Amino acid sequence: MSDAPVKVIKGGVIVDPEEGEKEGLCVVIEGGRVTGLVPPEEAPAGEGVEVIDAEGLHVLPGLVDLHVHLRDPGYEWKEDIQSGTAAAAAGGFTSVVCMANTDPVNDDPETTRYIVERAREVGKAKVYPVAAITKGLKGEELTNMGELLEAGAVAFSDDGKPVASALILSRAMEYSLMFGAPLILHEEEITLSKGGCLNEGKMSTRLGLPGIPASSEICAVARDIALAEYTGAKVHIAHVSTAGAVEIIKRARERGVAVTAETAPHYLTLTEEATEGFNTRAKMNPPLRTERDREALLQALAEGVIDCVATDHAPHEDLVKECEFDVAAFGIIGLQTALPLTLRALESAGKGVKELVKVMSYNPSKVIGIKGGKIEKGGPADITLVDLSREWVFTEDVNLSKSRNSPFLGWTLKGKVVLTMVDGKVTYREESRVR
Amino acid sequence: MSDFLSRKDILGLRDFTRQEIELVLDTAASMEDILQREIKKVPSLRGKTVVNLFFEPSTRTRTSFEIAGKRLSADVVNFSAAVSSVKKGETLLDTARNIEAMKPDVLVVRHSSSGAPHFLARHLSVPVVNAGDGRHEHPSQGLLDLYTIRKVKGRIEGLNVLILGDILHSRVARSDIYGLTTMGAKVTICGPSPLIPREYQALGVEATWDINEALRGKDVVIVLRIQLERMESSFFPSIREYVRYFGLNRERMKLAKEDAIVMHPGPVNRGWELADDLADSDVSVILQQVEAGVAVRMAILYLLAHVREEVES
Ligand SMILES: [Zn+2]
Repeated sequence: MSDAPVKVIKGGVIVDPEEGEKEGLCVVIEGGRVTGLVPPEEAPAGEGVEVIDAEGLHVLPGLVDLHVHLRDPGYEWKEDIQSGTAAAAAGGFTSVVCMANTDPVNDDPETTRYIVERAREVGKAKVYPVAAITKGLKGEELTNMGELLEAGAVAFSDDGKPVASALILSRAMEYSLMFGAPLILHEEEITLSKGGCLNEGKMSTRLGLPGIPASSEICAVARDIALAEYTGAKVHIAHVSTAGAVEIIKRARERGVAVTAETAPHYLTLTEEATEGFNTRAKMNPPLRTERDREALLQALAEGVIDCVATDHAPHEDLVKECEFDVAAFGIIGLQTALPLTLRALESAGKGVKELVKVMSYNPSKVIGIKGGKIEKGGPADITLVDLSREWVFTEDVNLSKSRNSPFLGWTLKGKVVLTMVDGKVTYREESRVR
Repeated sequence: MSDFLSRKDILGLRDFTRQEIELVLDTAASMEDILQREIKKVPSLRGKTVVNLFFEPSTRTRTSFEIAGKRLSADVVNFSAAVSSVKKGETLLDTARNIEAMKPDVLVVRHSSSGAPHFLARHLSVPVVNAGDGRHEHPSQGLLDLYTIRKVKGRIEGLNVLILGDILHSRVARSDIYGLTTMGAKVTICGPSPLIPREYQALGVEATWDINEALRGKDVVIVLRIQLERMESSFFPSIREYVRYFGLNRERMKLAKEDAIVMHPGPVNRGWELADDLADSDVSVILQQVEAGVAVRMAILYLLAHVREEVES
């Protein structure tokens, strides 16, 4: 279907991060922007107007994922910008922030520009590159942060591994002050986690596998928050997995430290028990923790201590995933399962779609300083239509990633994305539902 | 109770039922009878092939499986796959598929990765026996320990068993714990605190790092081998201090029950985890363990091949 110059989304429930659910309004879209939220009788009609029937659906500001590994350039057999953003669109994401651990590493403006341009060509989602904090992710020399930002980067991270040296990270924080771009921190004390492949606890004991202690994350978060507080830099803690880290972040925020934090849907859904039977699809870093951690994360999310949910979408091919547990690669895909899993988690904590919009769209937009997270006049027409009550099964047929390393394959999920649009242009449409 | 195992593989004792363990032990007892005969060979597995696929060197376990197979008239083939050749791009699965193409009837696997035999068992139709995976399980060792205890003590239920040493890294400890607790024994673990898993309760045992307290009232003491590399990675400071706090000797053994026995999976570091004279004394059943090893492994091979027969017929 061709994209009409004017679109009207009609009959849906608009979800606003502050006001919650709003009924009886149409979203009018023109030139890629939202030009108005109006009652149906005031909505434009006739020639050149495409009406999108959203009866029974919720109309969300497009989801923003702060933590995606698109694997492009360099690991295109795992994922590329085309497949990754297609999966993102199907998952309701209109913007994704992609990590720098590609090959070459995104530590050079040329690579940053490639990602931006390639994503624009594909046109399935807005892709915001994260550039490396240190050259080659080696933890030794700072990247040219200014140039990288000019080329299109929105944040810095050595994700995949921590910045081991406190001094280097401290310098990076000081240097970042000039630009105001956040540092996204993968928190792991590698002397504690080295060799580990799942949470140190019940399952590592039963399965006889080397564990990654919670203290690895807690020590790193404590150190980095101390550095952030000292330098005044803006930091964002990636994929929080432990109750201990939540506690430290909570206290830091109470003191007014500029720290934001994300967790991932899998940490809100699963525990270390998922590794039973040496299930490598439950192997990720940080690892799935205990029920106590899961509950603490959920509570932190409900209270706003953790302000974002990001997928840490990490595609891997069978060769490195379907093998011995200790040598299997870390990470799982997550773009198409994030919305229903997060909704399920929030609902179990007495929250709902309003909070979903906050943690998956509004807050992440603020972290990287982009427009989004709210459907409002003058804002970008980045919109996701969801049938919140519909159950569906995540299968390999539905999966649009090049990889299939998900512990959720075969799960029945509630909440299905029906249509996604970026700047008013439809990037995903479930043909059977929306005509 | 059936007289065959209703499972394809033997990967660990964690999910073994009491009935299954008893079946293996009873079968092993009849195998031991065979081993007492003048002609120590029966035709039970004639025409069958047992492949020993060892990714980690282990003369003792491999030889034990080899003898067990030969006593049952099976053809036994040994493959030692260096982990280096696996790293050259040949995956574990490739290696195993190549071997499966040779149509073995039982595949005995030793691997340094915990769970590697489980991975193979999922992907191959041939029965897989775990001959030790990483620090996970060593079920044939666990079964031979159970066999030895039952033989010497007449029972397992109600016994107080101490496992002493590096529990964290020991696959023998895990298999012993799962087997013993399933059979109704009470298990205590003892060792240097960093070598006792934080979540030891997940194993259904009690733990202490006081050897005197640990030994009191025990019927069986299983001593584990000290691995030097653990000292090198700071799990304990020195052999001297290890021996001082955890070395088992005659004096300490007096704290256990009068008729208590000492076991060790071998090879013993004499004078370290186990005093020389104690290892050779009559409370030590270490050689009986080795003997039981062949009988138990005969039982394992027999029962798995038997299942296959049932399935195929
Ligand atoms: Zn990370």
